Amino acid sequence: MEPKISCRGVWKIFGPHPERFFHTHGGAPGPDAFAGSGYIPAVRDATIDVFPGEILVIMGLSGSGKSTLVRCLSRLIEPTGGEILFDGRDLLKATPKEMIELRRHKMGMVFQHFALLPHRTVLHNVAFPLEVQGVARADRLRRAMEVVELVGLKGRESYYPRELSGGQQQRVGIARSLAVEPDVWFLDEPFSALDPLIRREMQDEFLRLQNLLHKTIVFITHDFDEAIRLADRIAIMNEGVIVQIGAAAELVTRPANDYVAEFTREVPRDRLLTVADVMAAGADPDAGAAPVEANAPIHDVARRVLRAEAPLRVVDENGVTQGAISRADVVDALFEDRSGRE
Amino acid sequence: MRRAWPIAALLLGPCALLIVLRDALPGWAVTPPASWRVPFIEWINAVVEFLRKTPLVADFTFRDGTRAVAGWIEWPLDLLEGILISGFADGAVPSLPWTMIVGLAAVWGWYLRGWRLSLLAGGCVLYLALFGKWKLSMITLSAVLVAAPVAGAIGLGLGILAVKWRGFERILWPLLNVMQSLPHFSYLIPVAVFIGVSHKAGTIATILFAMPPMARLTILGLRGVSPEIVEAGLMAGCTRLQMLRKVEIPAARPTIMVGVNQVIMQCLAMVVIASFIGAKGLGHDLLFRLQSLRIGQALEIGVAIVFMAVTLDRLSQALAAKEPEHLREGAWWRAHPFLGSAAAVVAVTALASFITPYASVLPRELTLTTAPFWDGIVDWVTVNLFDPLNFFRDALLLNVLIPMRTGYQAVPWLAVAVLVGSIGWRLGRARIALPVLGFLAFVMLSGFWARSQITAYMVSFAVLVCAGVGLPLGIWASKHEWRAKLVQLLCDTFQTFPSFIYLIPVIMLFKVGDVAAISAIVIYASIPAIRYTTIGLRSVPHHIIEAATTSGCTPRQILWKVRMPLAFPEIMLGVNQTIMFALFMVIIAAFIGTRDLGQEIFRALTFNDAGKGLVVGLCVAFIGLTADRLITEWAAVRKRELGIG
Repeated sequence: MEPKISCRGVWKIFGPHPERFFHTHGGAPGPDAFAGSGYIPAVRDATIDVFPGEILVIMGLSGSGKSTLVRCLSRLIEPTGGEILFDGRDLLKATPKEMIELRRHKMGMVFQHFALLPHRTVLHNVAFPLEVQGVARADRLRRAMEVVELVGLKGRESYYPRELSGGQQQRVGIARSLAVEPDVWFLDEPFSALDPLIRREMQDEFLRLQNLLHKTIVFITHDFDEAIRLADRIAIMNEGVIVQIGAAAELVTRPANDYVAEFTREVPRDRLLTVADVMAAGADPDAGAAPVEANAPIHDVARRVLRAEAPLRVVDENGVTQGAISRADVVDALFEDRSGRE
Repeated sequence: MRRAWPIAALLLGPCALLIVLRDALPGWAVTPPASWRVPFIEWINAVVEFLRKTPLVADFTFRDGTRAVAGWIEWPLDLLEGILISGFADGAVPSLPWTMIVGLAAVWGWYLRGWRLSLLAGGCVLYLALFGKWKLSMITLSAVLVAAPVAGAIGLGLGILAVKWRGFERILWPLLNVMQSLPHFSYLIPVAVFIGVSHKAGTIATILFAMPPMARLTILGLRGVSPEIVEAGLMAGCTRLQMLRKVEIPAARPTIMVGVNQVIMQCLAMVVIASFIGAKGLGHDLLFRLQSLRIGQALEIGVAIVFMAVTLDRLSQALAAKEPEHLREGAWWRAHPFLGSAAAVVAVTALASFITPYASVLPRELTLTTAPFWDGIVDWVTVNLFDPLNFFRDALLLNVLIPMRTGYQAVPWLAVAVLVGSIGWRLGRARIALPVLGFLAFVMLSGFWARSQITAYMVSFAVLVCAGVGLPLGIWASKHEWRAKLVQLLCDTFQTFPSFIYLIPVIMLFKVGDVAAISAIVIYASIPAIRYTTIGLRSVPHHIIEAATTSGCTPRQILWKVRMPLAFPEIMLGVNQTIMFALFMVIIAAFIGTRDLGQEIFRALTFNDAGKGLVVGLCVAFIGLTADRLITEWAAVRKRELGIG
């Protein structure tokens, strides 16, 4: 599949003359080059593809460069080096005018602190991107009203942002970013400023919307649990570098380094991993006891596997045998083996 | 804290040593010799002469240009005066009836905040009518209503340019600093030279004087817009113009509206003082009455100016704080109740004016006056308090002021330079030391060193008294919420009064001279000292006070060991403001006879000497900026050390 956005060796360096610095170090300054130079590498050599219809979560702690990277993708921040392809076109070569057109029709963004315009009502905030495009008043208000209903704010369209709760304000932010029906949806820590309960509710809301809309999504978060709940794929960033890209189960079972392992340590592995993630594929044990399903979480089958004398057969949804799962497989999956690292 | 003494000794020691060794120093190190004087005045006047006399394009000189521009201000002035007082076509089209303006002020107050503001605005305007100040105040009002939008628009434009072009900001910002520390009179002289002495010249001077705060607050407001909001605008696909018009300016509205309020208040303050170059209205009559020592009438005009100031201030503040509102349902007078009542007011008063002329123009014999009452008080003061007041004045002069003045005049300039330079160096190395030494060098080389010392003595004595008044009052006020609110309200109110007003009571008590001048400064400049002390003490974080309380501190210990040290940087910013206020006032006080820089500016004004006016004005500004640089930098450093701000 063609990636929607393709990001090749992107660098972002902050400092007095970043371009000059970047080129004097041959377009690949190492950690030594930065030491004491007054330059800060916010993003280092980031290469990542975003495929149509997927939710890609970029996860990292504050200062890891995740917000800078997502702003490079929309050119809110100009990358120092590298290449970004949007629908196969070189985004960094787009003129300011072309960028305005791209943002008006192809991109939407949701911000951590909502970034609503305080002097406009909910409806007029949502209609704002249409207004700057020059959509006629009646049309844009009709469309804005549709999106307001979509995010569940019907009846509050004439409220001002100051009259709404945090969760409601972010619903407005989401509605505004969706008003122009963008292809790509950037969400920069959209739920970080919300209370835990509201955050969970908004995550559900987000998944509901994505089931309806099937956007291509780049979602930024510092919360690994949130990443697991929402992501098709997760990219973990540390000190400006993308450390690992993969599905949640992959990060848990095969962490690329100690940093990733540290993140995944507290994850409820029994709920995240499925039988298919840990089974011995291809094995075909005796068809004695009832088989377990390949896509079941370990949590649901652990009791049975551990009580069984012999490995159990694993089948897919059509009942075709996929492999076998033994007590040892379950124990290894649930209790990470740390003996090798100590 | 233990390290404080050696540092203080290091900073003050060399300066003290130079003062002690004064007689051993060579003469040039004590008083700048006349031969050092740089002819700034002559240079400026040469430029002024050139601009006045030399044709630039065809027959037109620069002055012809400025006069032409000034001509444009005439028609809005005439228009507003026509609407408010004189009517048009020799009275064939009448001006608005006074009852209508009173009613509209009340409706507007109601719309912006509620019935209290309605009563205040309506009442204040009613006073202007009932006490026979209608015509004068409407002239002043029309000048303010013309000057404020122009000054606001220019300030807004400059602010936007500065935000969009870094290079322009680098030029504009220091210029704004100097402009905001230049005394009022320095603006009057060039305007008088290039435009002349007239009502419109006064209005132009007002525009120039009131513009800087708008530019400054526009810059602050636009810079303060959250970066996320700007990004949201970019992601929506805004063009540069859309960004400015639909995102940045609306998002910065609260700060920009503070600028609008300041512009209006500065306009009123300046239009009073601009009467020196021919602005008409309340200021002109006040000046005239004061010069002829008719205190009672002067006081009545003063009260009118104060009422106008309070009304304009409260209305514009309410306008700034006004949040957008939902439309109500129903018929249009239900949906727009305020528009409806305004229309009702217009209809009723128009009808009333048709029936009786009294509702249109209040005849003189129906107006009230309190002047005899105030004159009575002034007479009583002169008769009964003459001896104690005289005794107080002479005692203060002989025992404190004159010795202090002599002391200041004895300080060698080298000692001042060493002190200022070393404090600046300690606070921020060359970044602070060089500018302040530059300011000092200008004052020294301008030929006004001796005058500046007199100004410095009056200001520092007044600032000491202000601190002596402000600190205890601030401490008292910070103890309870209601006291703090009360003091805040009083400070806000007194601060809106144009500074010129403060001369009236002082003349009443002390007539003229140093004591009178210093009293005026003290009344005016105590306001920031009180305000900042209260705010500083009250803004100490609550959890720190709780921690101190649970540690077993007595209230006294909490004040002196916890709140005072934490509030001290803020209090010093108050002292900084006090110095600025004092410098403004000391120049205005030249009107009642001082012998410092103010007197020099006054003379320059009399002889239309633009060069001298500007150079002396810059001396005042640079004295202020020296103090400002050092104190704000110290407060910033100290706040960083304390981890607050």
